[in-house]
Amino acid sequence: MNTTHATTGQQHPIGLYLKIWGLLFVLSAMSYMVDYLHVQGYLRWGLIIVFMLLKAGLIVAVFMHMAWERMALVYAILLPPLCLLVLVGLMAAEADHTFLARLAFFR
Amino acid sequence: MNSTTATLTGSTAVAASGWRGLVADWSSDRQAFHVSWGKAMMWIFLLSDIFIFSCFLTGYMTVRVSTTVAWPNPSEVFALHVGGADVPLLLIAIMTFVLISSSGTMAMAVNFAYRGDRVNAATLMLVTATFGELFVGMQAFEWSKLILEEGVRPWGNPMGAAQFGAAFFMITGFHGLHVSAGVVLLFAVAFKLIRGDYDKAGNYQVVEIVGLYWHFVDLVWVFIFALFYLW
Repeated sequence: MNTTHATTGQQHPIGLYLKIWGLLFVLSAMSYMVDYLHVQGYLRWGLIIVFMLLKAGLIVAVFMHMAWERMALVYAILLPPLCLLVLVGLMAAEADHTFLARLAFFR
Repeated sequence: MNSTTATLTGSTAVAASGWRGLVADWSSDRQAFHVSWGKAMMWIFLLSDIFIFSCFLTGYMTVRVSTTVAWPNPSEVFALHVGGADVPLLLIAIMTFVLISSSGTMAMAVNFAYRGDRVNAATLMLVTATFGELFVGMQAFEWSKLILEEGVRPWGNPMGAAQFGAAFFMITGFHGLHVSAGVVLLFAVAFKLIRGDYDKAGNYQVVEIVGLYWHFVDLVWVFIFALFYLW
């Protein structure tokens, strides 16, 4: 059973790939428009993050076939990067502290 | 010695200890993921790469937040002068579309490979590699423009915060290196595919594994585009 799976592999209709391709184009164009139209503030950052995550999700789920892989592999790959959120949180706090220290002592 | 082998092979065997136990445990042919080892290893490699790029991007966030000098506006720094007007981020937008297109052709190459259509699969892989080369070429143009015309250096630049150059060259340089390595890999596998190396076993999964790497390069660019160029 394993060998047949290994030789046939992931097969999905080409139409699906083309649709995702089109979606990625539209999403990229939309995130470019955010910059082109000078959207500012929280709306800008919100839109950038949303489009980024949507594109990343589509690439991983469809192009990299994660949507059809076994759950053990999906969780082994997708859960560890969540640790990075802790790193980002710690470094954001650290960077804010450095910024305030620089304002207080180096200006 | 004989008694050890007997206990290892026997059905009521007690697991050996010490070095013998270590070797027995690591070589006992167990499988956690029901995919080929090649695919599992590529995913684990990509996982390690996720951490590398995330560390770069987190470092970039740290220096950008902590600097008291204004960060250069990427929208203006990466603008192209077209038809008498500055179009913001034009080159970066084109690079994004080129890389997404290469991901699309790569996905189709995997599809053709699994159908055993190796001519179409190899052709699409070569198209993908060409898009990749185009991307690296545009990146080289962007770097030369920044270094020679704008005077950006890893330790400073005339537009603002000194950390801009270091973050930019490190992140896009490492990504460009990944694209270049992917192009080499694509050429190598496309060559072997067209030569018929994979026909004997009838196993074309190597194309999907190369595809995983290539889509990952595109995935990283999605994050760089959003966090470095648009932010």
